[in-house]
Amino acid sequence: MIHVENVSKTFTLHNQNSAVIEVVSRANLAVQSGECVALTGVSGSGKSTLMRMIYGNYLAASGQITVGGVDVVHASPREIIALRRHTLGYVSQFLRVVPRVSTLDVVAEPLLRVGTPETQAHERASDLLARLRIPEALWQLSPLTFSGGEQQRVNIARGFAHHFPVLLVDEPTASLDGTNRDTVLALIEEAKARGAAILGIFHDAAARERVCDREIDVSGFKAP
Amino acid sequence: MMQDEPLFAASGLSKSYGTHVGCRDVSFDLWPGEVLGIVGESGSGKSTLLNCISGQLEPSEGDVLYRTQDEGMKSTQAMTEPELRKLRRTEWAFVHQNPRDGLRLSVSAGGNVGERLMAIGARHYGDIRNSASEWLERVEISTARIDDRPSTFSGGMQQRLQIARNLVTHPRLIFMDEPTGGLDVSVQARLLDLLRSLVRELGLSAIIVTHDLAVVRLLADRLMVMRGGSVVEQGLTDQVLDDPQHPYTQLLVSSVLMP
Repeated sequence: MIHVENVSKTFTLHNQNSAVIEVVSRANLAVQSGECVALTGVSGSGKSTLMRMIYGNYLAASGQITVGGVDVVHASPREIIALRRHTLGYVSQFLRVVPRVSTLDVVAEPLLRVGTPETQAHERASDLLARLRIPEALWQLSPLTFSGGEQQRVNIARGFAHHFPVLLVDEPTASLDGTNRDTVLALIEEAKARGAAILGIFHDAAARERVCDREIDVSGFKAP
Repeated sequence: MMQDEPLFAASGLSKSYGTHVGCRDVSFDLWPGEVLGIVGESGSGKSTLLNCISGQLEPSEGDVLYRTQDEGMKSTQAMTEPELRKLRRTEWAFVHQNPRDGLRLSVSAGGNVGERLMAIGARHYGDIRNSASEWLERVEISTARIDDRPSTFSGGMQQRLQIARNLVTHPRLIFMDEPTGGLDVSVQARLLDLLRSLVRELGLSAIIVTHDLAVVRLLADRLMVMRGGSVVEQGLTDQVLDDPQHPYTQLLVSSVLMP
């Protein structure tokens, strides 16, 4: 479902003497359906950059990225939007939402966007929020007022609401307590079981051990 | 499903005022359900561009095409004045930065909403009043205020009334000039949420001009960055904001204060 071939990324900082920073060089990887693959490597080795290129958030400098049959490097914005709506989900570390929108609506939104009826979308959102132990009293409030750990769980609920065939997860268990960490790992296992291809960054070695089938060390994708 | 034809297209649009360039060689396509953001600092030509594409200003060069219900893609220059006027009253809508430019202040709130319906031939008073109160509720204005004049409303309420007035005829395309400018931050958030759900529920296409990068991040699918009348960069909104390629976009993005 995810194919990355010879992908490189450089950043040119035009306003800082046109400094050129090479972050990823000649990256190659593939993730199949039903498989969870971990990206490893020290901080700054380009794990997040690689994930962002696969999501279409960063432009690859060269190489080929295909997700669910879509050529991400050359796709038009509306093709990427359609890909993200139906096929490619991304659980980032940060929650970015319109202020004052209720938590329940934030979680249900990806479902509404693919045309799920509102009642059904809200049911699924409620299930996920309950599983992730967000107290029901908070569901009608904006998550922007929540603690860091709560915001992260809302973000996870939102990411797993629609059954994306391809999922990118960035540190999904960081800053979670044991029980919630278990729930998140169970969600990943369920996604795998229904055939999702998952690529993730996990600093938590035990979590990686439990859900990941393979590891890819990103430090290898650097210019010699 | 991907539709093969855009709803709206601009090709090679330029507008000059004597030797001064308003905008230069701007081209883009807009598909149904898509929100396009146009950002740039004041004087970058974004308002000139918006006025040209929305038919309020005659471009010096280039063409604007719109997919009409009967004839498919048609140049707005090939349309007669009555055709254009009808389009602006029905399928297109324009939300001004200052609600006073888009409302009739001497007419009641209900009258402001009903007027657009009457312009397209609605005559039954009860139906018009029902539609008006339904739209007031939708934009969170109490129906108890239906007979009050907008001059007695706050800025945020006036802006929501302007949106109700524009959307009552179910347009397919809405142009917005700094729709959240001049509003308190808390009111902005509510308006953003309203616009997002309306776009999703009604399948509207929208073109939004703003200088506020946070607003486009939340509302726009695609972004065009303008400087000195030209488009210097365009693409997927989050990609342009998170991985800007042009020196000017990099400067613009890095100059924003984070709260």
